[in-house]
Amino acid sequence: MKPDGDVPFTDHAEVPRTAVEMRLADLWRTPPGLWGALTTVDHKIIGRRYIVTAFVFLLLGGALALLMRLQLAWPESRVLDADLYNQVFTVHGANMMFLFAVPVMEAMAVYLVPLMVGTRNIAFPRLNAFSYWIYLAGGILLWLSLLLDMAPDVGWFAYVPLSGPQYGAGKRADIWAQMITFTELSALAVAVELVATIFKQRAPGMSLNRMPLFVWSMLVTAFLVILAMPAIMAASTTLILDRLIGTHFYNPAEGGDVLLWQHLFWFFGHPEVYIIFIPAVGMVSTIVQTFARRPVFGYLAMVLALIATGILSFGLWVHHMFVTGLPRLGESFFTASSMAIALPAGVQIFCWIATLWDGRPVFRTPLLFALAFIVTFVIGGLTGVMVASVPFDTQVHDTYFVVAHFHYVLIGGAVFPLIGGIYYWFPKLTGRMMSERLGRWVAGLLFVGFNLTFFPMHILGLEGMPRRVYTYQPDVPWAGLNLFVSASSLILTAGFLLFFYDALRSARLGVPAGDNPWDAPTLEWATASPPPAYNFARIPVVDGPSPLWEQRGELTVAAGLQLDRRQLLVTTVGDARPEARESSPTGSIWPLLAAIATTVMLIASIFTPWAVVWGSIPIAVALIGWFWPKGTPEDEA
Amino acid sequence: MRERIVLDVSTLPRHGMESASPTWWGTLAFMLIEGSGFALGIAIYLYLMSLAPAWPTDAAPPDLGPGTVVTLILLASLVPNHFLARWSRSGDLRKVRWGIGVMSLFGVAPLVARAFEFPALNVSWDSNAYGSIVWVLLGLHTTHLLTDLIDTLVLAAIMVSRHADSRRRFGDVQDNALYWNFVVATWIPLYLCIYWIPRL
Repeated sequence: MKPDGDVPFTDHAEVPRTAVEMRLADLWRTPPGLWGALTTVDHKIIGRRYIVTAFVFLLLGGALALLMRLQLAWPESRVLDADLYNQVFTVHGANMMFLFAVPVMEAMAVYLVPLMVGTRNIAFPRLNAFSYWIYLAGGILLWLSLLLDMAPDVGWFAYVPLSGPQYGAGKRADIWAQMITFTELSALAVAVELVATIFKQRAPGMSLNRMPLFVWSMLVTAFLVILAMPAIMAASTTLILDRLIGTHFYNPAEGGDVLLWQHLFWFFGHPEVYIIFIPAVGMVSTIVQTFARRPVFGYLAMVLALIATGILSFGLWVHHMFVTGLPRLGESFFTASSMAIALPAGVQIFCWIATLWDGRPVFRTPLLFALAFIVTFVIGGLTGVMVASVPFDTQVHDTYFVVAHFHYVLIGGAVFPLIGGIYYWFPKLTGRMMSERLGRWVAGLLFVGFNLTFFPMHILGLEGMPRRVYTYQPDVPWAGLNLFVSASSLILTAGFLLFFYDALRSARLGVPAGDNPWDAPTLEWATASPPPAYNFARIPVVDGPSPLWEQRGELTVAAGLQLDRRQLLVTTVGDARPEARESSPTGSIWPLLAAIATTVMLIASIFTPWAVVWGSIPIAVALIGWFWPKGTPEDEA
Repeated sequence: MRERIVLDVSTLPRHGMESASPTWWGTLAFMLIEGSGFALGIAIYLYLMSLAPAWPTDAAPPDLGPGTVVTLILLASLVPNHFLARWSRSGDLRKVRWGIGVMSLFGVAPLVARAFEFPALNVSWDSNAYGSIVWVLLGLHTTHLLTDLIDTLVLAAIMVSRHADSRRRFGDVQDNALYWNFVVATWIPLYLCIYWIPRL
């Protein structure tokens, strides 16, 4: 592409801003229509897609939860039979963890992190497109299997020997294992993109100690994904090998071991909780700061708490295995480490309280969710410290007490901040505000509905009601509370439905938001709502942690990027000093083709190991097509 | 919002090398992922060993020959790989073409020797858990050899095409050389684990 006669190659001070914008809009735009949709590498389009898809999975998983509540509302109910109930709770858990919670957090980061660090696209944008298609394929695989009555029925953690070749007949456990491969592949890809984006594409001047806390939380999360997800991939791969070609990893008769599964699963599974939780606290810090009208109290303590949480999260996994008869010393160590992780969580909670205390809080909907989070998460954290104790855990293991505990930390700890985050960033994504009036109703219904639904489960658990039973007899004293829980879940449902209604309605009819409706301090609010394809006409230059509060009315920017190709600025890891100008790839169909080839290979390999051999050929072809230079200015540097 | 230009970046290079390139960091992140995978593989090996009454289980220790040959080839390959990285850093296209040709051969050679390694394990993947883990460890590393070979061959083809002479391509060659070092480095603990732990 040759530069037009009157538009110079490179942006400089004399070029009018409107000319820069026109040129960039042309360079970065995603063409309309199907081809544009399939080839786009715009992090905002892909991020939005990711978020919407994840919320569709939330809705579907919620429908399964309601089915379970309907079944459990009365003793000896016959809505679901035992087999279908097993599939429903397995798909509910697997869906919520692998298709909703982790992807939605990464999706928010895919959309927000490049804007918050002041760059024009995520690093490796084609990998980003690939990761979305792979995620979508994994989700469709799981839900199609449920429609075909062949969904996994082994729980979201698929313990062997139940999921092994001896007891797990058919292809159900294989579908679980391969769904893991899909979702972990996409999660790992996004993690790599985030690390490179955060390390190398921050706006000049945004040194590590000026990085927004949400970006810090996503950096820690990305490293957790990178270090934890290989464990679940090792677990699911060895499980498939046991089932498909007769290896013996989990077969005690031939030197294998079933507890090996639990070690591998929970070495991933416990950090997984923090992979979901740490982005959420990043959202809370962002919301609290904006609505308390002052920078977060104890920034350094907050960052250290995030990192400490990340490190400690790898030292807790055995607390999921207290009843497996491990050595006493090991159990004591993991009790101590499980209690220790409450310390960084406590530091953050006190910092938020201090921020609100010293600030002038404005109680808009996002802040209501942050407050709902703090209350709910403290309760979930307290029961967490309780189950860290071996004797207590032995009593309540596999009961509804644990169900209550992890819904408190996952819904209270992650979904509340997420919904608050949606209310907060919705104006940026769509250019329109969500309804404040409906938002208050949503916050109230979700908070009340959630607590009425899940608090009684603690009591049911203490009364001995086990998890994963499809029904119970009338002579055990659980019927009243179960009916109460099921009825309360309707309040929770009403809250979610109202939220979806508000989001859909506001996307078309909401009040126009303007660039920065909350008067927030971070860079995503320095550009239009929704942002143009190139994010920033000129890259912001920052000299503090809250740039839009420190530079009221005027943004300092950098000129000098080229205007004949997609280009962004690369800066140093520590101080964000400008280092190079870097091309950013254009749209391409190859990521989709590579994802299709990968999907065919992964699904076929459920049925025959040879699929790995012949299925690799189309993948190799697609990857070569992807990486072969096309002669565009971006390719040639 | 009003803007004030305070910085001019027009003199910066159009592609950063090594730590100035996001690709370099991406390569490092992938190494961390795969390194975690190898570490977990060895952890599984040691875990199963700690439970087994006899190790290796119902099998003779793997024959040293083919595995040691692979190790020697991989160690020898570090020398041309080092020069290839240096030549691509200085942008010497003629030498880079030679170097990447040599590295393609060094990609094929260990795979040939590897074909003899699997039978030399003296156990099948479906004999017992010991057999399963040594096959998986060796298979995982073979996948890395194979993918890096394909990567090297494609890069070799690009480096003789009209797209060759650019900083970006030389950066790709450097990243590929870096990745090969990783493939060699991960083999050393695997070699010690597979061949020498059973002999302890």
